[in-house]
Amino acid sequence: MPNSEIPLFTGSDLACRRGEKLVFADLSFALARGGALLLQGPNGSGKSSLLRLMSGLGRPETGHLSWGGAAIADDPAAYRSRLIFVGHLDAIKPTLTAEETLAFWAGMRGTSDRVTEALAHFSLNRFASLPCRLLSAGERKRLSLARLIASPGELWLLDEPTSGLDAAAESALLRAIASHRARGGAIAVATHAALELPGATAISLPDYAQRENAGRLA
Amino acid sequence: MNAWFLLVRRDLRLGIRQGGDAALVIAFFFLAAILFPLGVGPEPQILARIAPGILWVTALLAALLSLDRLFLADYEDGSLEALALTPLSLEAQVLAKAFAHWLGTGLPLTAIAPLLALLLHLDGAGYVALVVGMALGTPSLSLIGAVGAALTLGARRSVLLSLLVLPLYIPVLIFGVGAIEAAVAGLTARPHLLLLLALLLAAIPLAPIAAAAALRQALE
Repeated sequence: MPNSEIPLFTGSDLACRRGEKLVFADLSFALARGGALLLQGPNGSGKSSLLRLMSGLGRPETGHLSWGGAAIADDPAAYRSRLIFVGHLDAIKPTLTAEETLAFWAGMRGTSDRVTEALAHFSLNRFASLPCRLLSAGERKRLSLARLIASPGELWLLDEPTSGLDAAAESALLRAIASHRARGGAIAVATHAALELPGATAISLPDYAQRENAGRLA
Repeated sequence: MNAWFLLVRRDLRLGIRQGGDAALVIAFFFLAAILFPLGVGPEPQILARIAPGILWVTALLAALLSLDRLFLADYEDGSLEALALTPLSLEAQVLAKAFAHWLGTGLPLTAIAPLLALLLHLDGAGYVALVVGMALGTPSLSLIGAVGAALTLGARRSVLLSLLVLPLYIPVLIFGVGAIEAAVAGLTARPHLLLLLALLLAAIPLAPIAAAAALRQALE
C-alpha cells in the first residue's frame, strides 16, 4: 500500500460548537495518501460533526483544515470535487430508479460511465430499473454507498457506513475501501463497528461535554 | 453546465413522477379563478373589470402552493447536503431548481391563463399583455419564492413561507395587472412589461445568491 509520509489532508486545533455546547476541542489529525482515519467515540461525542467539518459543510469554531497545504476554504469548489460524503441520510428519491439515482449523483460530479460497475459491486444490478421505494433499508444503504464507486473522489467521508449492511455487503465495502486506498485515496470513517482497516489511525473522541462540566465543577 | 441541466432534468422528472405538482397547481388555478364568478355573480362587465386582478392573484397563490417543497424534500432525505457537496456552486443549483419549478408551475399557468381569461370575459385587447406579462412575471415568482423556501427551511411552517413571500410578490402583481389594464384601456402595456422584465433580470442573479446563503445556514 503506498503510504507516503507527506500528509495530504490535515486538520489542526479544531474545535466544534453545537449551540452552547462545545463538542470537541484541540483536535488535530493528518491523513496521508492511502491513509485511513477511524473516528470512534460514544454517541454525541462529535464523530458526525467532525465529518461535517471535514466535508466543509460545517465551519470549525477554531482551527483550520487544509488539503495539500492549502486551506480548504480557499477553493471550496475544487475541494468538493475531491470528496464524496456518505452520511446517515441516503439522498435517495423513492420515485427514481436505482440506476437513475446513481447516474444523477455521478453526473453531478462529471462522470457517467461507471454506474453499471458501481451497481454490480454492491450486487444491485437486478434493482437497476426498479424505483427505489421498493428497496429495503440495507439495499438503500448499498445504493448510497455505490456513489463512492460511481464517481472518482480522492477523499471518502463515511458516517456509519456498515449500519444495516449484511456480511456480503460489508465485505464489498471493505474491498472498495482497500482498492480506493491502494489507488492513493484517503478515507475517514466514523463507526461503532469493528471495521478492518489496516494501518488506520484511530481518533477517539472523548465525551467532551462531560469533561467540560467536570472542569467547571472543580 | 452539464451538471446544471442534469439537476433541472432530475427535478422535472421528480415533479412528474411524484403525482405531478404541475397538475395540482393548474387545478388550483382553475378552481380558484372560477370561484369568483360564483362569488360576485356572472355579470360580464363586473367580471371583465376584475379579471386581470383575479388571474394574477390566483396565479400568485398557485405558484406559492408547491414552493415549500422546493428544498424541503431534498433537505429531509439528505439530497440537499449531497448536492451542496457537488462541485456545482449552490447559487447555480438554486437557479436550476427555480427554473425547474417554473417549468412545472409558471409555464403551465401562463399557458392556461388565456383560457381562464375567456371564462372571465377579459377584454380581447388584454390577452397579449396577459400572456407576455405572465411569461415575464412567473419566473420572478419562482426565483423570489426560492429565497423564501430556503429561509424557512428549518422552520417547517408553510404559512411562514407565504407571509414572507407574498409581500415580495406585490411588485410583480402590480405591474402584471397594470399591463393588462393599460392594454384594455387602449394604452401601451410596454412600460409595465419592461418593469416586469427588469424585476426578472434583477431576480436572476440576486435570488440565487440570497437563497444559497440561506441554504448554507440551514446545512451548517
